[in-house]
Amino acid sequence: MKIYADNAATTKMSKTAIAAMMPYMEEYFGNPSSLYTAGQKAKEAIESARATVAELIGADPREIVFTSGGSESDNQAILSAAALGRAAGKRHIVSDGIEHHAVLHTLKKLEREGFEVTYLPVHENGIVRPEELENALREDTCLVSVMYANNEIGTVQPICEIGARCRQRGILFHTDAVQAVGHIPINVAKDHVDLLSASAHKFHGPKGVGFLYARRGVKLSNLIEGGAQERGKRAGTENVPGIVAMSAAMREAVEKMDENAQKLITLRDYLIAGLSEIPHSALNGDAARRLPSNVNFCFEGIEGESLLLLLDDLGIAASSGSACTSGSLDPSHVLLAIGRVHDVAHGSLRLSLGEDTTREEVDYIVESVKNVVEKLRSFSPVWRDLTAGKTKFYL
Amino acid sequence: MALYSEKVMDHFRNPRNVGVIEDADGVGEVGNAKCGDIMKMYLKIEDDTIRDVKFETFGCASAVASSSMATELIKGQPVSDALKLTNKAVAEALDGLPDYKMHCSVLAEEAIKKALDDYYEKHPEKRKEKENEHI
Repeated sequence: MKIYADNAATTKMSKTAIAAMMPYMEEYFGNPSSLYTAGQKAKEAIESARATVAELIGADPREIVFTSGGSESDNQAILSAAALGRAAGKRHIVSDGIEHHAVLHTLKKLEREGFEVTYLPVHENGIVRPEELENALREDTCLVSVMYANNEIGTVQPICEIGARCRQRGILFHTDAVQAVGHIPINVAKDHVDLLSASAHKFHGPKGVGFLYARRGVKLSNLIEGGAQERGKRAGTENVPGIVAMSAAMREAVEKMDENAQKLITLRDYLIAGLSEIPHSALNGDAARRLPSNVNFCFEGIEGESLLLLLDDLGIAASSGSACTSGSLDPSHVLLAIGRVHDVAHGSLRLSLGEDTTREEVDYIVESVKNVVEKLRSFSPVWRDLTAGKTKFYL
Repeated sequence: MALYSEKVMDHFRNPRNVGVIEDADGVGEVGNAKCGDIMKMYLKIEDDTIRDVKFETFGCASAVASSSMATELIKGQPVSDALKLTNKAVAEALDGLPDYKMHCSVLAEEAIKKALDDYYEKHPEKRKEKENEHI
């Protein structure tokens, strides 16, 4: 059996999206900046895609800038807000400890440039508390950046409440919605969002394309100079096939959202129940306020990379927050932020289901994970010490 | 290119000499769970020869494979040879490890050295013999 359970990393392109992009690689390959028909057809396609994307998040087409993906959108959103803050003499930013590195590393860069950043705690359930945000806001706060949904543990943040508090105080609010767009309902007006980042390949669109929503009146700074594309906010010939495919994938995802979410939540909770039978294991992140597709567990006494490779042998593609899979010495910053100790965080497993995942596949995943965890524990000195009572179980 | 060589994957999937020796003559544990790697080696020594060796490892695939290969390299060998085992030899026997995983082979070498230290600790007379050899 081959099971792809890493949809939070990337998704398979939808047939609709592939079909939508084909004409813009063959027939209408022209440069959108060109005046002849082939160019203008491409230009029209971009503007039509812009209208679609805007409509699907409750925005105006003029508020959408196409980018290369989530990381670029995060960078541009944060650096733009910081530039506005700097000009107004405000150099304080509020964010949280479980953001994607595209946000965290950009904030680190700003800290080196003299900005001060307050990182809100996310507590055991992986969720920011709006009242703590309120307490962190200052006269010189120029930006709040809190992700819509977390990429590792899938927790969904109280975006609307955070947005309302920011709007009330006139502070810009950015949300990295890379994991949320196409999966849970988003409306930038209702959520009081000023800046929002998204990436196409997380909702069955192509890689290398995404968008940034910037509310009218929020001035963006350029990351890339050199042309008048995207109303001068993002130079470079547009990724026409990518943009067209993204809008097609997004429309499809949003139209099927309710149906898919219902099905996924049932499977997700079934998978969580199955994995919970493994002794000394624990679900990471809030059990209910999480993405319909996300399951993330820690298993005590084992290490994540070994777990992933043995699951791969059984045909299951998954992900882990262990140090060995991150290429650093520390395990996932997200797992540490929700209070998992290093020893336990190394033994994490993320399974992100897709719309085509079946109940039989979930049964197979549960059985496989049980076997692999048992095998790894059978020769783990950590597990031996735990079971012998020499050390205490955390989970 | 795959992350690991076929040999690493083979030793990871089917680790050799896994387990515990209850009446071991030397036991060595290195690493810590915080960093994500722990290796424990058990040695049975008779007539200055490694008669049996078992290991337990908590860690990534290269840590498991390094422990497995290290036990294969010293099993049945004179203690004097086991003392000379280097991490490089372990990594080479595995057809190489990615640079950032070389520390796994270092742990394997250290675990064996630590188990041998333990053995000498328990058998001071053997340590004397060993030191005399060097003179």
